[in-house]
Amino acid sequence: MVALARVIDSRVLVQLRLLGMAGLAFVVVGAFLVLFGKNPLLAYAEIFRGALGTSYGASEVIVRAIPLMLCAVATALPARMGLVNVGPEGQLHAGALAVTWGALTFGALPRPVFLPALVALGLLGGAIGAFVPALLRVKVGVNETISTLLLNYVIVLLVEHMVRGPWKDPMSFNWPYTPEFPDAARLSTYWGTRIHAGLWFALAAILLFYFTLRFTRWGYELRVIGDNPEAAGRAGIPIGRYTLLAMSIGGALAGLAGMAEICAIQGRLRPGISTGFGYTGFLVSWLALHHPLGIVVMAILLGVLSVGGDSIQISLGLPYATVNIITSLIFFIVLGSRFRRRATA
Amino acid sequence: MRRLGSGARHLDCSVTGVYLRLEGITKSFPGILANSNIHLEVGRGEILALLGENGAGKSTLMKVLYGFYRPDAGTISIDGRPVVLDSPSDAIRAGIGMVFQSFMLIPAFSVAENIALALPRLGVWLDSGQIRERLRDLASRYGLAADADAKVWQLSGGEQQRVEILKLLVSGARILILDEPTSVLAPHEVDGLFTVLRTLRDDGYTIVFITHKLREVMAIADRITVLRKGSVVGTVPRDGTSEEDLAEMLVGLRDVRATSFSRAAQASEARTVLSVDDVSVRGERGRAGLSHVSLHVDAGEIGGVAGVTGNGQSELGEVVLGRLSPDHGHVYLEDVDVTRWSTAKILAHGVGVIPEDPLRMGVAPGLTVTENMVLNERRRFMPGAGLYADWRAIRRAIEARIENFGLAIPRLTLPVGTLSGGNVQRLLLLREIGRRPKLLVAFYPTRGLDIAATRMAHDLLVAARNAGAAILVVSEDLDELFALCDRLVVFSRGTVVGTFKSGDVDAVEVGLRMTGGGKREAWSPSPA
Amino acid sequence: MLGLLYAVVGGGIRAGTPILYATLGEVIAERAGIVNLGVEGAILAGACAGFITTAHTQNPWLGIAAAALAGGAASLVHAFMVVTLRANQIASGLALMFLCLGVTSFVGRPYVAVKINAVPQLAIPGLSDIPVVGGLFFQHDALVYGAYLLAPLIWIVLTFTKWGLALRAVGERPDVAFAAGLSPAAIQYAAVVAGGILAGLAGAHLSLAYARSWVEGMSNGRGFIAVALVIFATWHPLRSVVGALVFGAVFALQLQIQARGVALSPYFLDMTPYLLTLAGLLLWGRTRRYAMPEALKSVFEGVT
Repeated sequence: MVALARVIDSRVLVQLRLLGMAGLAFVVVGAFLVLFGKNPLLAYAEIFRGALGTSYGASEVIVRAIPLMLCAVATALPARMGLVNVGPEGQLHAGALAVTWGALTFGALPRPVFLPALVALGLLGGAIGAFVPALLRVKVGVNETISTLLLNYVIVLLVEHMVRGPWKDPMSFNWPYTPEFPDAARLSTYWGTRIHAGLWFALAAILLFYFTLRFTRWGYELRVIGDNPEAAGRAGIPIGRYTLLAMSIGGALAGLAGMAEICAIQGRLRPGISTGFGYTGFLVSWLALHHPLGIVVMAILLGVLSVGGDSIQISLGLPYATVNIITSLIFFIVLGSRFRRRATA
Repeated sequence: MRRLGSGARHLDCSVTGVYLRLEGITKSFPGILANSNIHLEVGRGEILALLGENGAGKSTLMKVLYGFYRPDAGTISIDGRPVVLDSPSDAIRAGIGMVFQSFMLIPAFSVAENIALALPRLGVWLDSGQIRERLRDLASRYGLAADADAKVWQLSGGEQQRVEILKLLVSGARILILDEPTSVLAPHEVDGLFTVLRTLRDDGYTIVFITHKLREVMAIADRITVLRKGSVVGTVPRDGTSEEDLAEMLVGLRDVRATSFSRAAQASEARTVLSVDDVSVRGERGRAGLSHVSLHVDAGEIGGVAGVTGNGQSELGEVVLGRLSPDHGHVYLEDVDVTRWSTAKILAHGVGVIPEDPLRMGVAPGLTVTENMVLNERRRFMPGAGLYADWRAIRRAIEARIENFGLAIPRLTLPVGTLSGGNVQRLLLLREIGRRPKLLVAFYPTRGLDIAATRMAHDLLVAARNAGAAILVVSEDLDELFALCDRLVVFSRGTVVGTFKSGDVDAVEVGLRMTGGGKREAWSPSPA
Repeated sequence: MLGLLYAVVGGGIRAGTPILYATLGEVIAERAGIVNLGVEGAILAGACAGFITTAHTQNPWLGIAAAALAGGAASLVHAFMVVTLRANQIASGLALMFLCLGVTSFVGRPYVAVKINAVPQLAIPGLSDIPVVGGLFFQHDALVYGAYLLAPLIWIVLTFTKWGLALRAVGERPDVAFAAGLSPAAIQYAAVVAGGILAGLAGAHLSLAYARSWVEGMSNGRGFIAVALVIFATWHPLRSVVGALVFGAVFALQLQIQARGVALSPYFLDMTPYLLTLAGLLLWGRTRRYAMPEALKSVFEGVT
């Protein structure tokens, strides 16, 4: 009991300290803004107002947190066994490609069959997108960070090709997008907002991630690999198989995010279905130290920054990049502080 | 002389012309006083042996002397002048050179490049002609020949040690510290090393020789300083002491001789559990090969593998555990051919293992003791599809098991990384023996353990043997092997060079076999 | 056909230049035991700083200096993270990439359609008059010559000088280097910053000579390609030249195919450098391991 209390205590303390240090990022960016003749307080107030000041803003925060959570788990699951999956962006697009193929091919299916099929296709597409770098790692020893980064470019370009070529809507007056999906392929949205059924996917993914790690043999073996691959291998844990599995499941979840984006938000495939959700999801996972609950918190936080970034762009004429700078500085701070925490533990 | 008090004893052995002097060196780490008020003097042209058991504080003292650690108190002076050593480069400047147990050589570099690294006032351009000349010069003077162009990873342990010593000499070191230098050598190579050291001594070098082997001390040292539990017990001249005296100083007032275990009556139908049949593995960079190795271990028997580390013992273990697939031959577990089985399947078949490097190979340091205790019985504690692990129940089961063995294990919720090395080894022994394996492969089962823990480990192994397990112990420590084993297999260069029943053989014979029958080659001084 | 070959070789030398700078920089950092995925970000920092400086001063030389400075400064952040704070090298490199992407897109926004004085062409007197060869090899901007001269220079320094020896020692076994009286931390700082300066020059060539404009995220993964190229080149500066030329040729070929109106999706063409890199990793990833500096193994192969 005492031990448990201490563990909770130290966790809370770590989170609090991280929060304090995250404040540092805002100070640094503030100085940066002053340097460029902008008022940082105004900018931060606008981020806050834009994201949380209206019910629309708040609902948009949730809308963005959905793909962020899914992409974060896509990074976190392999990360718990020591793999760095920077590919959720590509895997999201791979899922979207598979879903679009299904939506355009089986246009006339009834909704109760159609939607689950599209979910499955999204999962499958994303899984394939992550299986390839996993296989390269297991069979040829290719570092998965580099291969997932490179595949991001490839898959996004493939989407560009498809929406401007084979899948282009003939009625689009040269706009690069596919025909709109039939209604039976659309995910429901709620409460008159853009919040959609993808939210349930995201929350389920987080719960499943938590339960798997804590309470299954699979999660246990995964954690052993992440902690000491040498000992894991000697204990007969098949590291290669776990690499394929963890990456593919992660990729599948990113693919699901892609499915949700096109089936709920866009209604069709087009370039820019993701405003860097994959990369931001990667950051969410690292900022949350790959912990499930942390992922929820960080996804919402970065969702706030993302919506706020739009609103400073519109009302203050500040570049959206401002919030990217804040995010990457927080990332640096977390990376640096992980060392200190370990050293003092 | 037979009875020793706890106080330090200084015979009359004042040195004329002290070159290196340590006064009152104290160094503590959280919870440990590694060095306590240590005094030590060595003269020019003298070999001082620093004698102590594992954990007596020898390594800490030497790291203080080499600038790795800063002492909490005390001074170091060289040639009468006090020096402050905050980093190895300070030590090098002060003329101190050190041969570590694990060599400070870069395997991918050539010998010349490694030597160049050690050169003081190295010019901007690497002058390989100059380095070659120095090497030739030193080779003829001290019998330390080395091929300048060979890559270090291609060299044997003895050759690498030679490069280490050459490095110190070219760097201008006047004080040479050698940390357990014979541990990487075969006995016949030891003579060669000693010849070199004597020549160096006669040339005026100051040499500190760290060891725990009495025989070597008597063979090479001029004076001997004994450390115990971080303090100097005494300093004696070699000519005024004996191995027995030193042994008493080393361990204090207790029986020095290794305990011998009473053998359990062999089961009448000696059932062979492990059988390795004519196994060969090709040697590769950084790993020894195996050549036609055959051995077997019966139920209720402890089989020992003796050999200098790196002669194929690790590879034998890897083959038995299914981590290395042999090019030739078979491995049988109770007459089942397991040669191509996966590690997981072999472990599940009732094979336990204590790996060479427990912290690196045997545990996940970030996970708790409980989580680590179930590592090799995952399917038993998380049965079926493994979809629900009841950690509370698992913890209770582990607690019960620990109680059964009457052993103290630190709190089960602690991460294993926070435990001491001895406790990690204890955890491993308990984990593997607690599984009641048919076969236990134990590498260096007492490495890093203190005397009490060693005894506990031996008791556990013998008890498991008496309960019917087949145990294969791999060790370098002949005393341990003789104390434990019913049968002994001697390894040299990846082949079995002798199989003995306990009692049929003495340590000298085994030592000779371990090193290839006393052929003199690697370390013999090259003709000048 | 000959015209195409001419264009591909000449264009390849030019397009290969930024990749060569980045690869050489990464070779230096990795030989000292530090992987810097932030090279992608350092390229952007260089491209952006170089472009802005040139836009204001109309002096491309000042731009190049600013680019080198910016690349070095960006990499200094990585050095601080991984050497001083011992943060995860892969993660810190990616963080640097994100930071540079953000900062350059913020700072560079007003310069997106600005025109500048590009780095001037420098025909080598005498040599450039040789038919065919002269035009191909001796009529480029100064940064091109610089890159191809730097490769042998770096090779000589790494192989035959005490600085190179010290740097390689740190990349193999920092503990041994430390025991030999070297300061691994200082050497790694120097190597990472030097690598960053070269990445900055890569950026300078992109924005001041190759594209002659600033576009957000214009490095487009060249930094990651460079990290992969280091592996193909077995951490060898001279072999890096071969790799950079191959990739340069691919970029040049891509432009030529597009210019000649061949009916091939431009998006497929755009994929080729990345696919080629993946194919290279697939073919050589394993076999090149023998040459990997020992200290890198834990970075690249955390789980095996």
